[in-house]
Amino acid sequence: MSYLRYALEVISVWAIPVLLVGIPLVGLFRKVKVYDVFIEGAKEGFDVAIRIIPFLVGILVAIGMFRGSGAMDLLTRGLQPLATATGFPAELIPLGILRSLSGSGSLAFTTDLVKTHGPDSMIARMAATMYGSSETTFYVLAVYFGAVGVKKSRHAVPAALIGDIVAAIAAVAVCLWLF
Amino acid sequence: MLNYIWFALMAIALVVAAINHTAAEVTKGAVESAKTAVEISIGLVGVMTLWLGMMRVAEKAGLVTILGRLLRPVLRVLFPDIPPDHPAAGAIVLSMAANMLGLNNAATPLGIKAMEEMQTLNDGDKETATNSMVMFMSINTASVQLVPAQMIAILVAAGSVAPTSIIGSTLAATAIGTIAAVLVTKLLQRFYPTPQRTDVPDEVTA
Repeated sequence: MSYLRYALEVISVWAIPVLLVGIPLVGLFRKVKVYDVFIEGAKEGFDVAIRIIPFLVGILVAIGMFRGSGAMDLLTRGLQPLATATGFPAELIPLGILRSLSGSGSLAFTTDLVKTHGPDSMIARMAATMYGSSETTFYVLAVYFGAVGVKKSRHAVPAALIGDIVAAIAAVAVCLWLF
Repeated sequence: MLNYIWFALMAIALVVAAINHTAAEVTKGAVESAKTAVEISIGLVGVMTLWLGMMRVAEKAGLVTILGRLLRPVLRVLFPDIPPDHPAAGAIVLSMAANMLGLNNAATPLGIKAMEEMQTLNDGDKETATNSMVMFMSINTASVQLVPAQMIAILVAAGSVAPTSIIGSTLAATAIGTIAAVLVTKLLQRFYPTPQRTDVPDEVTA
């Protein structure tokens, strides 16, 4: 495991510099006018980033209002009985909901759990596993669909949310089994 | 679906604000989130420009096609409607590789590039997601990161004696979540048909 981790660390540090030199290098061998082609592709960058704005504002504002009103706490409290019935740790319920909605919110919540329960506690490990094994679903959906102007997302939301729920339950179960 | 969720989040906020007397916090949440959204988007301009430029070079050099061809067996199962030599295949592979390595500032631009390539293959209504796009979204939202670097850093900062212990559990949980997301996506796509032409009115997928 430690060798694998070392290898992964080396790759994640070197990947970008190597790619930034390697891609044009192959291009030069293939007689591509690398700089001209780079500029041509790069021109689109600004437009794409700007195109995301309305989609992201829409999603983040709705989530910001939801959190601001205190509805998140209500939802958590409402789910408490379900948690106790299934054995899912009650402390982690807010994180399970927050994870799909807000990246900064769930990061702050996880950091707080780690501090209160101690970094080597079961709850801290479960929380870290939950955070690490999932993504901020609504942010990803808004950015990627926004970039190509897709408005009808079809089964994307239900599929992603079911994936999130399974990942959260798996995080708790795997930690119980491993630690 | 997104239409209803979007409205529901805001409507619930208003109702809860009336009960909790948190109207001021709701306003603050709305205004600050709008600002954050723009900051995130503007923050993407630099890396977006860099990686879209690099991707064009990689495409012209034939690298994107090679990548797509290397992972053809996997791609054919997950994205059956993408032709193997299409640039979309290579872009998907590159963005997933960046995600796995936790290279966030490269993963988002590459993912958007992959979505753009998939949009060129969308022969139906351009405002409706294709099966491939939804599959790509599901895999992305399930997150297939190999090392949860951010979480390890938080555990280290809090004084953990075994901060890397969560690598194994995270890998296992993320694998289970990703497999579930892929299976659910395959299962659900039958119930959400794609409209073939833009002139066909469609209420089903809204």
